[in-house]
Amino acid sequence: MALVKPTLEDINVDDIQFDDLEEQFQVPEDRTFEKYCVLDGAPIAPESKVPILTKVLTKFLNQAAPIADLYLPIEDGKTKGFAFVQYESLDAVEKSIKTLSGKKLDVKHRLFLNKFSDIEKYGTSGNVTDEFQEPNLPPFEETDYLKSWLQDESGRDQFILQKAEVTGVFWNKRKDNPEPAVEPRVGWTDRYVKFSPKGTYLFSVHAQGIQAWGGKDFKQLKRFPHPNVRLIDFSPNEKYLVTLSPDPIVLPPDDHPKRASFPFGPESQGHKLVVWEIATGLPVRTFALPPHLENVKEMVWPLLKWSYDDKYVARVGPNALAIYDTTENFALLDKKPVKIDGIVDFEFAPAGVQLASARKQDPLSYVLAYWTPETANQTARVALLDVPSKRVLRTINLFQVSDVKLHWQDDAEYLGVKVDRHTKSKKTIFTNLEFFKLNEKDIPVEKIELKEIVINFQWEPKGDRFITISKLDVANENRSIPKNIITFYAPEISKNKANTLKKWIGFKNIENKFLNTISFSPKGRFVTLSTIGGSATQGSLEFYDLDYAGEKKDTEPENVNAHVKQVGSNQFSGITDVQWDPSGRFVAAWSSFWRHKIENGYRLFDFSGNLLRDELIDEFKAFVWRPRPDSLLTGGDRKKVRKNLREYSAQFDEIDAMEENAATRDLILSRRRLLEEWTSWRSTIESNKEQYGIVESCSINEEEEIIEEIKEEIIEEKEEVVE
Amino acid sequence: MRPLLLKGHERSLTQVKYNREGDLIFTVAKDKEASIWFSFNGERLGTFIGHGGTIWSIDVDKETFLSATGSADFTAKLWRVETGETVFTFPLDTPVRRVEFNVANDKLLTVTDEVMGFKGSITIFKLNYDDIYNQDTTPVLVVHTKEGFERVTVAGWSYLDKYIIAGHRDGTISKIDAQTGELIDSVKVHDGLVTDLQFSEDRTYFITSSKDKISKILDVDTLKVLKVYETDAPLNSAAITPVKNFVVLGGGQEARDVTTTSANQGKFEARFFHKIFEDEIGRVKGHFGPLNYIAVHPKGTSYASGGEDGYVRVHEFEKSYYDFKYDVEKTAEATANSKLNASDDEE
Repeated sequence: MALVKPTLEDINVDDIQFDDLEEQFQVPEDRTFEKYCVLDGAPIAPESKVPILTKVLTKFLNQAAPIADLYLPIEDGKTKGFAFVQYESLDAVEKSIKTLSGKKLDVKHRLFLNKFSDIEKYGTSGNVTDEFQEPNLPPFEETDYLKSWLQDESGRDQFILQKAEVTGVFWNKRKDNPEPAVEPRVGWTDRYVKFSPKGTYLFSVHAQGIQAWGGKDFKQLKRFPHPNVRLIDFSPNEKYLVTLSPDPIVLPPDDHPKRASFPFGPESQGHKLVVWEIATGLPVRTFALPPHLENVKEMVWPLLKWSYDDKYVARVGPNALAIYDTTENFALLDKKPVKIDGIVDFEFAPAGVQLASARKQDPLSYVLAYWTPETANQTARVALLDVPSKRVLRTINLFQVSDVKLHWQDDAEYLGVKVDRHTKSKKTIFTNLEFFKLNEKDIPVEKIELKEIVINFQWEPKGDRFITISKLDVANENRSIPKNIITFYAPEISKNKANTLKKWIGFKNIENKFLNTISFSPKGRFVTLSTIGGSATQGSLEFYDLDYAGEKKDTEPENVNAHVKQVGSNQFSGITDVQWDPSGRFVAAWSSFWRHKIENGYRLFDFSGNLLRDELIDEFKAFVWRPRPDSLLTGGDRKKVRKNLREYSAQFDEIDAMEENAATRDLILSRRRLLEEWTSWRSTIESNKEQYGIVESCSINEEEEIIEEIKEEIIEEKEEVVE
Repeated sequence: MRPLLLKGHERSLTQVKYNREGDLIFTVAKDKEASIWFSFNGERLGTFIGHGGTIWSIDVDKETFLSATGSADFTAKLWRVETGETVFTFPLDTPVRRVEFNVANDKLLTVTDEVMGFKGSITIFKLNYDDIYNQDTTPVLVVHTKEGFERVTVAGWSYLDKYIIAGHRDGTISKIDAQTGELIDSVKVHDGLVTDLQFSEDRTYFITSSKDKISKILDVDTLKVLKVYETDAPLNSAAITPVKNFVVLGGGQEARDVTTTSANQGKFEARFFHKIFEDEIGRVKGHFGPLNYIAVHPKGTSYASGGEDGYVRVHEFEKSYYDFKYDVEKTAEATANSKLNASDDEE
């Protein structure tokens, strides 16, 4: 049999199944108009100019995203002033609308780009009513007086104790058990609590966002919904709240029921940083997190820094500093950031600056300081910038710089700059301190050169003295040997009164210490130095008085207005934090469960280091003093108080004594009650006993017999014949 | 005064007990031998040898004639104190955690562990004092862990052997009828395992200790919490002192965490609290591991503590201990005395 090769004609085409191929190569029909946009405001041109116009418009549109097609409808030989644009993707549509809509094509023509679906939705008459509908305003809710805690008769301060899941606000009662200001609440916060800088609001952090509390009973005031929020910060006058969440804001779809109550607009999509107005509870501005801060382990915080009166807020961007004016709806100052190559960090002056160049009647200046690191052909720089003029007031050039830290003095009279420099070999690091004197002519800069590296620097609040903790930078240092040096600096008293230029001198050194943290009293003069965290070291606290009243010894310098003396100390091996109360009368030190499990609890000291309370609390998390607003007393009032201090203090001593007596009396009464309760309970039991027929089983009353047995044991018997 | 240090055990102590007169101290540890000591000078009288595993608990009868031990070798044994010989062995299904003679001295209570599929139980044997070598191994009562309860960790007899009070793993205390085994009442008083339960002299109230760092006194009749003592370390034992109105609590950082902390952070101290005022009044240092058991001399003249460190420390109370009184107590005593005198005069 021979094989017959089938010819093409033999195959019946009708029998072949093409279904699979059809399915594979089918082009989906796009029936929606999601990828189409309408471009409005284009010039009306005669038909002959259409190719040129198409070219111009295509070029314009391609700036944002490449377009797929452009169609210009023509009527009566002219274009109609609008065009249909087709895009490749939905992303391209979004991006183009965001960047191009409202932009000018030329002087006469401003172009508007809208989604085709939006035109249909809002442009068709009847879809949106022309009638004005009164927005539905929620009724005004009166809050408690938010500053009620300042009216405490004995001027006590409040603090927060956070233990396990319980958070409570208490009045400081010195040695006695703190008095709860409100009933401690379980689960008041999911993470931590924070007071606003002047103490008016208390903020709790939850998975859904932040809640503000205040008033006498700490009622809920406002909610700031920001899912998974981690970090919060405030403007200095507690007008704004800044929150940061690792999760970007995602807008619910338009038709979602949550969309109506969602606080953020489409411009906030993907943003992580939000600025809220505390009084209204509404977001006022959102920012995307700069790309270099994504997924960093330790977030730089705060990201936004405020001028002293909340007017300006600024943040560092790549090679630029963005300054926003809060009074102008958070608009960028002059609509563009300040270009500063390589800017690392900046700090606003914490107060208005009286510049020598300004006239007396001029308002105080806003000043900020920033620094830029060394590059191949440029030195490192620290500069002072005037805001809003963006004028550089003063620059210093530095070289061999490893790091710079900016420390403003409270009144913004001085800026202390800690410059960590390295030797040419880059093996060791040492510190220079540079001081800008802002109130003097041309802003002179004074330099203090040190051999050591300064690990901590602190200005005395409202003062012109400061303290440094430094140590020699040695390779392979032995951490169990204390090597830290604490130095107290004060301005030299100059004999020549005409010479106003101050020079700081380190008038006292305390060497070979573990101490690594400086906490100044908010009123100055007293300072707490503490050892926190060291591995082999024991935690401890030391208290110093900078104006000790006793006679100065011969060895102590006469040319400074200071007399340092240690007034107290305390061992606290678990210590993790130290904080002064806002009045400068008490110091709290605590060991937080968040850090470790050793000696969790808190201790309360008075300003000279006398231990008032020592409470060990399981799972103790945090101690937070409630801040106070600035005092309203004028300088004169204060002088008067100081003059009559003795009279006042006598009055308060009396109250203290009375209170102490009351406390003791209460204690005795409660003990008496307890004892009575116990004896009465016992007597009922005793009387029941007879009923039950309990035979006294204890052996106390039994006669005791002591039997002493003397056992004699013959160990060895020997017979020796004495001859 | 220097405490007596009883060094005889090779491993951590599990229980320490005085006999009724207080002249002997019975100690058991995770090694396999029980020891008996003179409380007066700390000399060892002898040992009970025979168990094949950790001895968890020991008790001695009223006459100091028989002693009972419960061990991880799944047995409870009776010993003759005078000779140290094994009198009888009760076989059980699981390790024995607690043993206790009843007040009438005719029954032995054992608490068995929950392991290998066996439910924990309280098993009670009848004792035969006429022929001590011949005991009945069938228990007179077995109280299995009830539905909805966690296993029993400690148990003891109330006054008149009326009830059995048991402490559970989840911090619950339950009251069981000692005749029928019926559950009468239960109350959750702790957030952690109940580690110890010791009665007052007349067994009308008892003190509990728990891993939740709290110790409580409860009334037997009502199971009402009368007193609460809060400390900062997990507690292993609590005892009520006769004569003085104090309680002694012992514990410390969990043994498994000890290596990560230094001695002074481990809180290995015996803590004295005022029984009525719930104030801490003193601490006694000494052990370098957690305190596993505390027993107080029945006449209230000394206390013994057994530690994870393998030592038993016997502290004699000094004059200051007896003299210590709150002002409130002094006044109360003074008024009571004057009343007494007044009534005497009338007679």
